Amino acid sequence: MGMTLAERIIARAAGRGSVSPGEIVTCSVDLAMIHDSGGPRRVEPILKRLGVGVWNPEKVVLITDHYVPATDDESRRIQQITRQFAADRQIANFYDQQGICHVVLPERGHVRPGMFMVGGDSHSPTGGAFAAYMFGIGATEMAGVLATGEIWIRVPETIRIEWTGRLNRGVSAKDMMLHLCARLGMDGGRYQAVEYAGEAVRALPMQERMTLSNMAAELGAQAGLIEADETTAAYLSAAGASVEGLEDWRSDAGSRVSDHHVFDASALAPQVAAPHSPANAAPVEEHAGTPVDVVYIGACTGAKLDDLRMAAQVLRGRKAAKSVELVCAPASLRDQEIARSEGTLGAILDAGARLLPNACGICAGYGDNRFGENVVAISSTARNFKGRMGAASSKVYLGSPYTTAASAIEGRIADPRPYLQGGRT
Amino acid sequence: MSGRAFVFGDDIDTDVLAPGRYMKGPIEELAQHCLEAVDPDFAKTVRAGDVVVAGRNFGMGSSREQAAQALKVLGIAAVVAKSFGGIFYRNALNLGLPVLVCAQTDSIKAGDRLRIDLAGGTVTNESSGQTLPSEKLPQFLLDMLADGGLVPHLEKKFARQKTG
Repeated sequence: MGMTLAERIIARAAGRGSVSPGEIVTCSVDLAMIHDSGGPRRVEPILKRLGVGVWNPEKVVLITDHYVPATDDESRRIQQITRQFAADRQIANFYDQQGICHVVLPERGHVRPGMFMVGGDSHSPTGGAFAAYMFGIGATEMAGVLATGEIWIRVPETIRIEWTGRLNRGVSAKDMMLHLCARLGMDGGRYQAVEYAGEAVRALPMQERMTLSNMAAELGAQAGLIEADETTAAYLSAAGASVEGLEDWRSDAGSRVSDHHVFDASALAPQVAAPHSPANAAPVEEHAGTPVDVVYIGACTGAKLDDLRMAAQVLRGRKAAKSVELVCAPASLRDQEIARSEGTLGAILDAGARLLPNACGICAGYGDNRFGENVVAISSTARNFKGRMGAASSKVYLGSPYTTAASAIEGRIADPRPYLQGGRT
Repeated sequence: MSGRAFVFGDDIDTDVLAPGRYMKGPIEELAQHCLEAVDPDFAKTVRAGDVVVAGRNFGMGSSREQAAQALKVLGIAAVVAKSFGGIFYRNALNLGLPVLVCAQTDSIKAGDRLRIDLAGGTVTNESSGQTLPSEKLPQFLLDMLADGGLVPHLEKKFARQKTG
């Protein structure tokens, strides 16, 4: 019997010929990503207590994104601790205020197929889009990884989610994930490994695949993997990463999966998730017409370059409704600069958007940008738990960049498809 | 030793356990807001040794370990749930907070007195007289819990390496 992609990576990292689901193994970590919230301020005191250094500074990537911009003394202190850690612990891969960790990490060529990686953030499964096994852990466990270079893992079952057909115009990876949350539930992934497959997945550009993998977290999976192919190779080459041996990181034919779900991408309509869970997703018509106060185009699943392009397709030459506050936080500085040079950012700003820094922003709910009492918002982000993005009385709907943009124009939740002309997008 | 049950439903998320706006400050302050969105009096009424009981997917969402740490700071002796968010589960064990997967949490009522047997993998409801089976933790995790969590566990390990 062959191995799934997840098993193949874990076996390699555990120094084993093969592994089986349910086994507990210890793996060598190829890369650990940490950010300003769960990173230095939490791990440094533990490393000090243990009296050890970072096992391999070259295998650590440090990114500031949660307390960006620092708006008060406490967040300034956190940023200072973060920068001091980078200097003291000789972390050369330090990206300060360059964007959200899940977007910056692959953008700078740190993710390659077959790697076994941990991140100090729940959306770390994003790395799975590159056929890497990447999962989120908390700060104490990260300190353990930084001290030892190792982590235990229960070898997961693989849950294959196959999308047949092609997405229609105005439908995106976010719609696929919101639909999956509704169909499979927030614990449908059972902390196992999800593997996305099928024609519709293969047709997606890399950043859309990252949205699928990222939101494996919303399915309660540990990881969200996609086999490497020529799309992966093209992205990696552009990011300056090696593509050597890329074809090795696939599931064997006949490898065992615990579930195999099949969905038809061509039948999928734009989805909107009602407050307070991504699992409350339904076709957009169910919520169309609901007035919104704020439209947020942001976060690692909603404001990458491809996401900004989707929003711009809808917004170009149009204005946000006067009743709406349109806010945009491009997910990385590099994506923002490309969007600026090609006119994508201009279309969004011309529609009336207020630009926020390249950071987690309102999605994390950590800073000053938050939704006020009773605010109704639609957001291109991944999570709408009660009180996460602002006041407990605020109500957050989730939608794709297309749908959030269309909702900005109308001042109420709107189907984006009438705004899109021409062929497939 | 037994504790009182505080009972919650499914899908209790980490934003409810550790609200983002308090993440900057000290854990003792954050802990005062733990679960307030679903039970405003939780932090005020809970006592050392009490037990949190929940349905499915307890601790889903963020990797912020303050979600588990807040419960620990409030003196919670254990969390018993039908299932856990995977990261929360690992965080809790790493911080020395016992977590038990138990299919029959529906039979537990708020205020019931519970006794936890980690090694045996059981939850005894002294109020109802029922003993509920739970998934037994692997020995290496029981050892880590006995040490008080990952950091003291590693301290012991490194000390052994130095002397050995």
